[in-house]
Amino acid sequence: MAALILLPLTLPLLMAGIGFLFPKAYWTLALPIISAAALLAVGVGLIIAVQASGPVVAVPGWLRVDALSAWMLAVVGAVAVVALWGGAPVRSKSKASVGSFTALLNLFLGAMSLALVADNVGLMWVAIELTTITTAFLVASGEGRNSLEAAWKYVVLGAVGVAIAFLGVALLSAASGSHSETGVSWTSLMAHAATLDPAMTKLAGALAVLGFATKAGLAPMHSWLPDAHSQAPAPVSGLMSGVLLSVAFYAILRIQAVTDAAVGPELMRTLLMTAGLLSLAVTAGLVLTQSDYKRLLAYSSIEHMGLLAIGAAIGGELAMAAVLLHILGHGLIKSTMFVLAGRISDASGTHRIDGVQGLLRVRPDLGAPFLLGTAGLLGFPPFVTFFTEVAIIVAGFTRGLGWQMALACVLLLVVFAGIARQVLAMTLGAGVRQQGRPVWWRRLPIGLALLTSAVLGFAAWPLAGTLLAAVGALGGVR
Amino acid sequence: MSQEVFQQLVATTTGVLLLTAILQVWGRSLVRSIGLLAVQGAALAGLAFTVGFHAGEPQASLVALIVLVMKSVVLPAALLRSARLTGETRERPAALNPAVELIGAAGLTLIAYIVGTPLVGDNPDPARQALPVGISLVLLGFWLLLIRRSAITQLIGFLVLDNGIATVSFLASSGLPLTVELGASLDVLLVVLILGVFVVRMQRQQGHSDITELKELHD
Repeated sequence: MAALILLPLTLPLLMAGIGFLFPKAYWTLALPIISAAALLAVGVGLIIAVQASGPVVAVPGWLRVDALSAWMLAVVGAVAVVALWGGAPVRSKSKASVGSFTALLNLFLGAMSLALVADNVGLMWVAIELTTITTAFLVASGEGRNSLEAAWKYVVLGAVGVAIAFLGVALLSAASGSHSETGVSWTSLMAHAATLDPAMTKLAGALAVLGFATKAGLAPMHSWLPDAHSQAPAPVSGLMSGVLLSVAFYAILRIQAVTDAAVGPELMRTLLMTAGLLSLAVTAGLVLTQSDYKRLLAYSSIEHMGLLAIGAAIGGELAMAAVLLHILGHGLIKSTMFVLAGRISDASGTHRIDGVQGLLRVRPDLGAPFLLGTAGLLGFPPFVTFFTEVAIIVAGFTRGLGWQMALACVLLLVVFAGIARQVLAMTLGAGVRQQGRPVWWRRLPIGLALLTSAVLGFAAWPLAGTLLAAVGALGGVR
Repeated sequence: MSQEVFQQLVATTTGVLLLTAILQVWGRSLVRSIGLLAVQGAALAGLAFTVGFHAGEPQASLVALIVLVMKSVVLPAALLRSARLTGETRERPAALNPAVELIGAAGLTLIAYIVGTPLVGDNPDPARQALPVGISLVLLGFWLLLIRRSAITQLIGFLVLDNGIATVSFLASSGLPLTVELGASLDVLLVVLILGVFVVRMQRQQGHSDITELKELHD
């Protein structure tokens, strides 16, 4: 079983090596898709293995997979398959340096896997910093000044934020007073939470969450996100919005579990609730006047990260299980939407919302899934996001966070109205039918992702055990 | 190592760290600022060795060597190369005058000591006592990021911030395990190299590397 953990770390490296060897070959685009599929398979395999016989350890103190890591691995794999398969550029649009592009994508997948399977806190930090490094040139790979500006802001803010998180990690290790060879691991921190120095743990937790929240795109540290996610090529935007944010959020969940066990849940609850509500407010304020549809999607990601933060602040089995399911639902839909946005911009030649009209008539193959995906993002039933959002809000009310939930509902309604208005302006209206429907295997991942997120809400009951086990890995009910 | 020597060495190295950071806020020459960064790296390596050796860590000299090579040689050299490639040797005219910048730096150092006091507590360990220096380095790094416009100085500010974090980590926990230190140094090096490439591209595209001119993307 331990070998299963090493596969998602070594396979992307191997694939990246092949990509660098054939820098101009178009077929290298298949390599990251293979890595992503392997990641999904390993994730599912590990979920089953963990359920059967408990957490799997590959290297004691360094690499370990529990129910939460396994769930996140499967989510990253599933979303990456959609983003990379659907977002693979057509031959005429692909750049000359396609091999290096796919190699970086592979390294990016490897870095995310490492962050998820790392038991050592320092190692997880290194992996999260690696995700910034591997995506830097992917964001900058667009044309002209804008992508360079976006990449500059992304790397500077990402690096500074993650550096602050390093301060938290170092202080957390100081708080544990450990002088062991391997430093602190999540397992040892959770086991000895009661012996941690409380003052230092509070400071460490706050700094670490602040740092990783920058990477997760939570307000008020979100300013890089709309730029980077709107300038990156479609598969990269899909991956960054769909899973990279969630990987950073996974780090926050781990930190939260440790600080909650050591000093009680109040600190993290306040921090995450504030960041979550602020993220919803920022999105609500900016979607109404947004003129670029890729930025609109990026702001929607801030909104969903805010919802996750609110869910984590509420805590408890219902809210946390909903948060984990929401990560999957949002990831699938958001990566689909970025893939579609990339195709729309290829077809229309513009990122502007007022440059696209009557998409349902002009290109029904793009308009219909774009409208459906938007419904998913906004939390319409039958999409899974409807069930998870309702579960988070209900859990909040039952835990006595009444006014916060009321405020969240109001802000969600504003976001709902804003995004719906913009997307309806793009999809409805008259237009002349255009050709250009992609081949079936390019439409398949879009359909699969939308179908999965639509039936997931009803078919969630087989997942209940998996989700509850993952919640249990965070120290159980608080 | 006797307690007295240890105390003196910690005081000297942290003193050099703080002094170089203040001088970086004061000066306007990029080359000199990069030189100060190299001195800062050496002081950090000295601190890492002192604290590690005192705590009886077997890997102290190895960690110190990594820090010395990375922070005092490789990173400054990479910055110098980017500065040469872009032909920028002096900071671009700033929005604030130098006096305000220095008063700000002094204020931030003061804040670092106020914030750091609860962490120090009544711990007699000289390493713990020096913690506020690390915090002030972090704040001074932020200050450089805020007040300077040239992309290279932004990189210097980021590295000062990173040095401050390393200082705190050495003083508070006598460092993280070797593998993590190595990984972290490599990450910082890669970030600086990537940003160095961006600076050169920026220079080619717009003829300067003033980051306040980066305002194409907004809502």
